[in-house]
Amino acid sequence: MIEIKNICKSFEGRDVLKDISAVFQKGKTNLIIGQSGSGKTVLLKSVVGLFDIDEGEILFDGRNTLIMDFQEQKLLRQEIGMVFQNGALFDSLTVEENVRFPMDMFTTRTMKEKVMRLNFCLDRVNIKDSNHLYPSEISGGMRKRVAIARAIALNPKYLFCDEPNSGLDPVTSILIDALIKEITAEFDITTIINTHDMNSVMEIGDNILFISEGQKCWEGNSSQIFNTRNKKLNAFVFASPFSKKFREIKQMEEDE
Amino acid sequence: MGLFYHVGQYFLLMVRVFKKPEKNSIYIRQLILEIEKLGINSIGIVAVISVFMGGIITLQLTYNMVNPLMPTYIIGLGNRDTLILEFSSTVLSLMLAGKVGSNIASELGSMRITEQIDSMEIMGINSASYLILPKIIAVVFISPFLFIISVFCGLVGGLITGPLSGAVTIATYLTGITTLFVPFYVSFSIIKTLVFGFLIASVPAYMGYFVQGGALEVGRASTKAVVNTSILILFFDLVLTQLLFK
Repeated sequence: MIEIKNICKSFEGRDVLKDISAVFQKGKTNLIIGQSGSGKTVLLKSVVGLFDIDEGEILFDGRNTLIMDFQEQKLLRQEIGMVFQNGALFDSLTVEENVRFPMDMFTTRTMKEKVMRLNFCLDRVNIKDSNHLYPSEISGGMRKRVAIARAIALNPKYLFCDEPNSGLDPVTSILIDALIKEITAEFDITTIINTHDMNSVMEIGDNILFISEGQKCWEGNSSQIFNTRNKKLNAFVFASPFSKKFREIKQMEEDE
Repeated sequence: MGLFYHVGQYFLLMVRVFKKPEKNSIYIRQLILEIEKLGINSIGIVAVISVFMGGIITLQLTYNMVNPLMPTYIIGLGNRDTLILEFSSTVLSLMLAGKVGSNIASELGSMRITEQIDSMEIMGINSASYLILPKIIAVVFISPFLFIISVFCGLVGGLITGPLSGAVTIATYLTGITTLFVPFYVSFSIIKTLVFGFLIASVPAYMGYFVQGGALEVGRASTKAVVNTSILILFFDLVLTQLLFK
């Protein structure tokens, strides 16, 4: 479980995160949603420690990151897996080397054990016969899946995904969502996903945090989100004609 | 931002770079790759440029220095000392600042903007050390070898051009390059190449590592890296010449 308390962050005098508190449950897919520029990525990067926060606390299973020494932080980071928006695979390494990289750096496993683990991870994300290809030689969807494989290579306790569906077609997006949800449940990981993809919200939103202009505006789950009276959230969720139509149909069904 | 900010930031980065590596075997593997990429792959261009420069220096000496009162072996001697004292150390380092420096700045800059450096940090890896330390060691290690290759190729260039132009015979040229040899000149130049090697790797690495933005900023960082490294090379050339020849 990850708990954030009263987080504030500003850049050059501009408040980007304003007093945000939330609890992200273990074994569930926790979504952070909001418009572009609302502060989602800053929040996620603050939680993982890429940005120093100005105020507040971040607790990983009760361990406060702000009072950790360098070594403790280093050990905590080895419990974290992260999937970046564009995958962030290392260009100079092959698919296989990318997934093996965290194991090479932090484990004393033999090559045979590492190969077994990397094959397991690649199988888990349905990557086959691409071990020796470079990131530039595979598709965007595959890159995301390899990034997930790399993120789970060291059996992380916490998984962070920054817009895992951006730039993907709807079918691949659904596959990626399903994969993240399965992995979260299977390995009992605390997963936090940044997204503005409404399909993800509907499919995998166990716990949803909506932020707008750096503030927490709403918290709930995928079944509650369509019945909320929160104006900002409604404006975000029902922005497209498709979702407006969806709401009308849902209301008609409920009326009947 | 001010000069002092960059100087401070550069030294803070160097402190991170020289921290104890996470896993020595991985760093050694990385070091070998960097020696090949930044050093071995530069041998060709170093050789070609040095041969031409050796030839040009020989011709310039022939047309400008030689008169009936001076011995013709001065052509070989002048070529040798010019190569050892300035060309193969300073000018070659300026050229390497362009080739190797822009490579390092753009590589690290691209890694920064595509979040590859962030992903290393999240894994708990000291990205500064993992990415920059092998490059610095590789360039510092290979620089003296490139210097020696350059001097040799430059002398060969003179050996080809001198007799071909009719300015000097092979025997006289060879006499020139073996006359009044001062071994300290080689030591002096090797010290310079070590310092320049450190600058060629570390300054562009600093520029690339802290890039913010997109492809345009990576290009700018690369250009700035070459310009700043070149200025620093000339500045340290001045300082080292003053210090070591005093």
